[in-house]
Amino acid sequence: MTLLAVDSLSKTFSGGARRGSRGEVDAVVDLTFNVEEGEFLTIIGPSGCGKSTLLRLLAGLVQPDSGQIVLQGQPLPSPSDRQGRFGYMPQRDTLLPWRTVLENVILGVELAGGSRESAREDARQLLPLFGLDGFEDNWPSTLSGGMRQRAALLRTFLAGYDILLLDEPFGALDALTRRMLQQWLLSVRTQFSKTILFITHDIDEALLLGDRMLVFSPRPGRITADLKIDLPHPRDENTILEPEFLALKRNALAHLKL
Amino acid sequence: MRAAPLFLPAAVLLTLAILWELVVWGLEVPKWIVPSPSAIWQAFWEMRALLGVHVAQTMLEVAIGIGIAVTAGVSVAAAINFSPLLQRAIYPLLVISQTVPILALAPLLIIWFGFGIAPKVIVVTLFCFFPIAVNTSDGLTSTEPELIDLFRSMGATWLQIWRKVRLPAALPFFFSGLKIAATYSVTGAIVGEWVGAKQGLGIYMLRSSAAFKTAQVFSAIVITSLLSIMLFLAVFALERGMMPWHFDER
Repeated sequence: MTLLAVDSLSKTFSGGARRGSRGEVDAVVDLTFNVEEGEFLTIIGPSGCGKSTLLRLLAGLVQPDSGQIVLQGQPLPSPSDRQGRFGYMPQRDTLLPWRTVLENVILGVELAGGSRESAREDARQLLPLFGLDGFEDNWPSTLSGGMRQRAALLRTFLAGYDILLLDEPFGALDALTRRMLQQWLLSVRTQFSKTILFITHDIDEALLLGDRMLVFSPRPGRITADLKIDLPHPRDENTILEPEFLALKRNALAHLKL
Repeated sequence: MRAAPLFLPAAVLLTLAILWELVVWGLEVPKWIVPSPSAIWQAFWEMRALLGVHVAQTMLEVAIGIGIAVTAGVSVAAAINFSPLLQRAIYPLLVISQTVPILALAPLLIIWFGFGIAPKVIVVTLFCFFPIAVNTSDGLTSTEPELIDLFRSMGATWLQIWRKVRLPAALPFFFSGLKIAATYSVTGAIVGEWVGAKQGLGIYMLRSSAAFKTAQVFSAIVITSLLSIMLFLAVFALERGMMPWHFDER
């Protein structure tokens, strides 16, 4: 079943009005794609191609120039319609330094006016799965980079949205930690029925994690390929060495025109 | 604050005091020109009851002045950050206001507000307002845009964004300002008293100086310093209490 439909979505920024976090102006042109329920969709493209802008459009932080966003058959024309509907995880580390891990991860429920106590209870049960057991009363500044990202992911999961928008969640981590978190995400993924849009600039990561991959062109971003990743599950660290994986990668690289 | 970093400056201070005592004693410097540390201590001990009254008066002015400065400073900082128009209109004026010589204003305040507590409180407020307002304003501006994006994407109201993001994010900046203000505040009160007062350390210094009781002036100076240090430490303790994440290695 189609959960999210994005139709002819375009956004250009005039004269550096909004600069991306890497300092360049991102724009997207005529994006059209559907996301099925439970699907893990990875989005890859060169930096500055507007991948982050797409997520910001969906999250209701930016208004498109044209096109529409339809969630569960319901169009969401204004930013306030979309705010509070997607589990958006920004690229930069956004744990609140003045809250403990536990108080950070219940933020979504708290802002929505839900019960903090039951949110804490839910969070405590998920802490072990997210490798945060025993760290619930820590300040974020005392955690490693990988743990901080897992805490931010837990916060996004707990907020209770159907669709998660993850903007390069492992982008700032060192290569080994990133590998570990990819394996971890593959292993916990089966326990959640979440639909995920996952931005990355790492082609191995995009193919390893995703059920489907969108390839973006350089700025302004257009979708140049929509590839099904029919690698069998469970996948692990050896998957990236399989011939099927390498064939997919060759194909994807051709579309990326690197 | 550990004991070790304070040990060295304390030792230097003690050495200087001993040297001072020896020089005054050896050169037989008259007490009304430069009193020795022991003479300053004696002046303090003899006048301690009266000094208590003056200290209480000065600290009352300081407390009210800081209270007003915090309220006004935080309000102005919030207003500035609430509206870009206000920011452009007021922020430069804030900086310019700081170039006004408060020392020259003090006698005028006496003319306008009389010899009561009001002009002293105003001087303290003028000294303290600027560091609090500018630091808090910078703190509110410095909130990471990604945090605000996160809150907006979660459908947070602007009130939630202020309470749960912008104000906590500005706290360290506010306390930097408050620490500067706390160290200025006692001096501010003394400036206010200097131009005319019935009670307070400022008028005590002025009277002692006029009577060539130099040791009394020095003892009041030492008390002023100690009071400023105490206020600074009190703010530091408050900061630790309110921002445990900044200090705890938990």
